[in-house]
Amino acid sequence: MSEALPDAPPPKPQREKRGVPSGLWLRCDGCGATVFRKSCDENLNCCPECDHHMYMSARDRVASVLDAGTFEEWDTNITAVDPLEFSDKKKYSERLVAEQKRTGLKDAILTGSGMIRARRVAFAVTDSAFIMGSMGSVVGERLTRLIERATTDRLPLIIVSGSGGGARMHEGIFSLMQMAKVSAALARYDAAGGLFISVLTNPTMGGVAASFASLGDVIFAEPKALIGFAGPRTIKATIRIELPEGFQTSEFLLEHGYVDRIVRRREMKSEIARVIDYCGKR
Amino acid sequence: MASATFQLPFEQPIYELEDQIRDLEGVEPKTAETHEQIRALRKQLTESLRSIYKDLDEWETVRVARHPDRPMFTDYVDLVFDEFVELHGDKFFGDDRALRTGFAKLDEFKVMLVGHHKGKTLKERNECYFGCAHPEGYRKAMEKMRLAAKYGLPIITLIDTPGAYPGIGAEERGQAQVIAESMLEMSRLGTPIICVVIGEGGSGGALGIGVGDRVAVLENAYYSVISPEGCAGILWKSHDYAPQAAKALKITARHLERLGVIDDVVEEPLGGAHRDHHQMATRLKMYLVKTLRELSQLSPDELLAGRYEKFRKIGPFLEAAQP
Ligand SMILES: [Zn+2]
Repeated sequence: MSEALPDAPPPKPQREKRGVPSGLWLRCDGCGATVFRKSCDENLNCCPECDHHMYMSARDRVASVLDAGTFEEWDTNITAVDPLEFSDKKKYSERLVAEQKRTGLKDAILTGSGMIRARRVAFAVTDSAFIMGSMGSVVGERLTRLIERATTDRLPLIIVSGSGGGARMHEGIFSLMQMAKVSAALARYDAAGGLFISVLTNPTMGGVAASFASLGDVIFAEPKALIGFAGPRTIKATIRIELPEGFQTSEFLLEHGYVDRIVRRREMKSEIARVIDYCGKR
Repeated sequence: MASATFQLPFEQPIYELEDQIRDLEGVEPKTAETHEQIRALRKQLTESLRSIYKDLDEWETVRVARHPDRPMFTDYVDLVFDEFVELHGDKFFGDDRALRTGFAKLDEFKVMLVGHHKGKTLKERNECYFGCAHPEGYRKAMEKMRLAAKYGLPIITLIDTPGAYPGIGAEERGQAQVIAESMLEMSRLGTPIICVVIGEGGSGGALGIGVGDRVAVLENAYYSVISPEGCAGILWKSHDYAPQAAKALKITARHLERLGVIDDVVEEPLGGAHRDHHQMATRLKMYLVKTLRELSQLSPDELLAGRYEKFRKIGPFLEAAQP
């Protein structure tokens, strides 16, 4: 388990679109246009036609937010175990190996430190492609260590969340308890006067939304991200009515007062830097 | 106390014995032989209860945890506490009936009692959304817990929810945010906190009032990251696999104790809490008083350090030597 996984950029887990071959072209989920993949890549995975913010891998996120070459990854030696010997249609232990191979990540998170326009920060990003970006013990532990270190080193903390899965079912109660563990670490960070900027990306749901992602001093969301506690399907099954247009989007959260600003991807770095300048100097 | 209308399939042999006993008890006048038969049947009933409840599987445990006759928040209020002074609103939006809060007395202790209530009648269940709290419930709980900490009152939370309510209003009023904030807040309240899962410990809705110095689960209650049905729907693509999901998730009190996630299991009366509310309440009371006495020896700093460590160490992983 200690074997280092290849550090190469992970294969893009962009879903295969109907009739559109992967490779040169891809289809935008926002406007339906077929767009040149290269022009999308150059545009931080935003549609050149409609600015729809598409999936971005954790590694790409690091590159887009932190100053080039400044990311120092922490706690890379922590890997998941299968404490429940969980198995659905597939064994969790096998699922982990397959996901590691597919994404090039060890788990659904990268943590470490880096610079944002020459300001040193503690930084984490979850990758929604690794078991839905869900939080198990590794994500919980790496976040907690990051927060604890940010507390001692007095660093601003930036966590970019992307998780359709919330708390990872395959680790059962351990995943649920990570929500409490990380929140408790954030309470201490807060008491020590730390600045936490939480960035919500598509999707941020369930136990991730209901823990660290919602605890930022300042909360940014990328445009049109799906953000919420319960999944839309669960809600629909419970209340049996059609959900309103735009329900659980970033814009919906802004309107209801749960997000400070909606920030486009290409402005994220400057916006974070600006908030640090207001609050980060201690 | 078994409900006339609600029956658990695996309790069938018990109902049959109970029926036979009831029939014989109706016979008048009773001969010595009748008395003997009743005695024999009672013995058989006890054995049957013991053998069925000795090894309930995970799904059967979920069924018991959801039994409509199982004691609920208001039963414990009546049977465990000497007084309950309910405090209603969240001073922001409303009064969630699914989450109740108030001052309570328990032996020599004055405490803040917080707990989910599922409701007994259909009308009450609808008011309580079957124990699924809205953001105003968690906000209310947070407010009252802060009040308790301010005056050094210990906090007792009784957890019994299928999960926080999934609805439009709940999302509009920040369900995710209040649960997160409630956990954070509970981690730093400098007063003893005891959390007991009395029935269903459904996911974030449970953990939202579940961060404490001691976390206990009643013997036939469960505590899970997701409902067995929800998990089955996602991983097996059908709710019919809920029993498999319940098994895979290891959600029973005994599993949780073995996994080191909870501190204590409170034993239930023979045949489950729904058979004997008084005995269940007595056991819960003993547990609460004993634990309050332990925790009241500790300073706020000691409590907070212990509480942090307790959650800090949960979650196994592999840590290789740094290269
Ligand atoms: Zn587009």
